[in-house]
Amino acid sequence: MPININIIRSVFIERVLNETASVKTILFKDRVSSKADPGQFLMVWIPGVEELPMSVMVADEEDSAAITIRRKGIGSTALFNKRIGEMLGIRGPYGNKFKIAPNARTVLLVGGGTGLVPLIRLAAKLNEMRICCTLIIGASSKREVFFENTADAVLSDTKHKIIVSTENGDYGIKGNATDAMAQVLKEETFDSVYTCGPELMMKKVLDIASAYSLPIQASLERHMKCGIGICASCCIEDKLVCKDGTVFCEKQLSKLNEFGMFYRDKTGRKIVY
Amino acid sequence: MLEWCKLLRGKRQREHDRTLSINIAGMELRNPTMLASGFLGISQAIFNRLYNADVGAIVSKSISCEPMEGYRNPTAVCLEGGSYLNAVGLANPGADAFSSEIASNPYVPIIVSLVGSSHDDFPKIINKFDDLNILGYEINLSCPHVAKMGMEVGDDPDMVTKVVKTVKSHTLKPVVVKVGIGNVDILDIARAANDAGANAITAINTIRAMTIDIESGIPVLSNKIGGLSGKSVKPIAIRCVYEISKNVSVPVIGCGGIFSWEDAVEFMLAGASAIQLGSVIGYEGFGAFQKICLGLKRYLERKGMKNLTELVGLAHKY
Ligand SMILES: Cc1cc2nc3c(=O)[nH]c(=O)nc-3n(C[C@H](O)[C@H](O)[C@H](O)COP(=O)(O)OP(=O)(O)OC[C@H]3O[C@@H](n4cnc5c(N)ncnc54)[C@H](O)[C@@H]3O)c2cc1C
Ligand SMILES: Cc1cc2nc3c(=O)[nH]c(=O)nc-3n(C[C@H](O)[C@H](O)[C@H](O)COP(=O)(O)O)c2cc1C
Ligand code: FES
Repeated sequence: MPININIIRSVFIERVLNETASVKTILFKDRVSSKADPGQFLMVWIPGVEELPMSVMVADEEDSAAITIRRKGIGSTALFNKRIGEMLGIRGPYGNKFKIAPNARTVLLVGGGTGLVPLIRLAAKLNEMRICCTLIIGASSKREVFFENTADAVLSDTKHKIIVSTENGDYGIKGNATDAMAQVLKEETFDSVYTCGPELMMKKVLDIASAYSLPIQASLERHMKCGIGICASCCIEDKLVCKDGTVFCEKQLSKLNEFGMFYRDKTGRKIVY
Repeated sequence: MLEWCKLLRGKRQREHDRTLSINIAGMELRNPTMLASGFLGISQAIFNRLYNADVGAIVSKSISCEPMEGYRNPTAVCLEGGSYLNAVGLANPGADAFSSEIASNPYVPIIVSLVGSSHDDFPKIINKFDDLNILGYEINLSCPHVAKMGMEVGDDPDMVTKVVKTVKSHTLKPVVVKVGIGNVDILDIARAANDAGANAITAINTIRAMTIDIESGIPVLSNKIGGLSGKSVKPIAIRCVYEISKNVSVPVIGCGGIFSWEDAVEFMLAGASAIQLGSVIGYEGFGAFQKICLGLKRYLERKGMKNLTELVGLAHKY
């Protein structure tokens, strides 16, 4: 019988990787998530504490998947503190996916923070398809940089470049990810751009890509409750990010006036970024 | 501008067909399918999209005086077989923000759902909406999982009378009262609402229920107890609609586990003049309204009926 992805399933943590002092990757066995498309997310239940949307990260074992968490509030901190052997409840994967044009040969990925998670899963797919890939990793400082080695390993079969930018300039290019992007685009051209990270960063990535007439896809975050398109807590204009997204293309993004302007808080009120 | 053109086009395309149109409690609807409160109900842009997806009317998320954060996640849990358990905790943007949200509503038929912790909350909320382009109100007297709101009011016939009379005395717009399964017989509550001047009754809300994760032993909803909706509540909702529609004079709007046109027909036979769709949206998305309307139309044709009203309460004669 096919499993109903909406029903919470128990998974047990098999490994935990420390990415930075405040970022960890948690690996677990789950066949369904192991087949998730790049850009999809899980609803992760931390029993008795919270349920949070988390992008699906790559795992190096068959039938395994992973999530990467940045410690922030109550929910993510409880998740961050989970240990090997402990249980989580997951449902999904949900959402659409990053689409890859059949004729794409070189692509640019721009990520910041945990927005890098879906991009790493995308990178794994690009690697399989032997599509050349430039990945820009944006961070505030060297201490906050993660996934540099992971990305290198994930992209090992294809021509790739990894560029790190730090805001304080203690590692890689000085500036933010979009500064690095502008610099790269002066020298190279790409068939398309993919981005995930803070919304104001993505908005800038969209603006730069548009200036070069590059197709772009961005994975958006909104407050999620149901994850299945019934509550609209995740809405941006007339779109449900959990169901119509999380990935939107430049055509859709240009119509979403709220993109980079407003998000809705837990009550549903519009808040200015 | 583009949005308006699209809306207009949608409206024109759908105006000619009157088979499914109804007048309920003075509200003219192009078809009997309403969006149930709490589903997709906070954004004008989504309302416009629902309108283009053939919704008959939209009941907003229940709106309180002040914004409410609701409970922590998990707030909605999917169960096997087309049912959900939810304890959203009446999260809503509050009367101020929501009235601004729909302030320039073009002509989407919106019914604002009201929730309050005491009867004097209601005039304050109505005050924010009464001049806007809305069809009317639905009073939520039946949320089963928030203390002092919803069901706690709905379990007390005297409070129900008081709230309905208060609301009626502050608006000329139609007032629907939504009832549910609480500790007091639903019929007594429906009668109290009817006698206090309600223009229609919606039955039913979700039913108090719970689920526990067997691996951890922990209740899944953060509030532990929530409300059951979807397929599992349908036979109960049918019974309620049947009994209420037999015993009160105002029309009844059926709600609870309507997933198909067959379910819709069953509710109408039981006495519902209109229906609300909620949980089905998790399965059919925005397409649910169109699909059910099409099925209803074909059913009427097959039965040789000219209008939906011929169907309402037919089962009462047996
Ligand atoms: C599609 C999607 C994918 C995500 N992927 C990742 C990921 O891979 N790694 C990661 O660390 N984080 C990810 N997040 C963010 C994550 O879900 C949480 O928002 C974050 O971990 C903070 O949660 P908290 O409970 O600790 O924060 P709190 O202190 O409770 O809240 C801080 C802020 O977090 C946000 N938040 C809280 N709950 C939710 C929710 N249910 N949905 C959306 N935002 C919420 C709100 O903006 C809130 O203001 C993702 C979010 C979305 C929508
Ligand atoms: C997630 C969720 C939120 C809800 N929020 C409200 C609400 O704010 N006000 C209300 O009157 N009913 C609310 N309800 C109840 C529904 O409007 C409806 O009465 C119930 O779900 C039964 O219909 P269904 O089986 O078609 O879903 C909610 C239900 C769900 C599942
Ligand atoms: S999270 Fe509920 S509709 Fe998207």
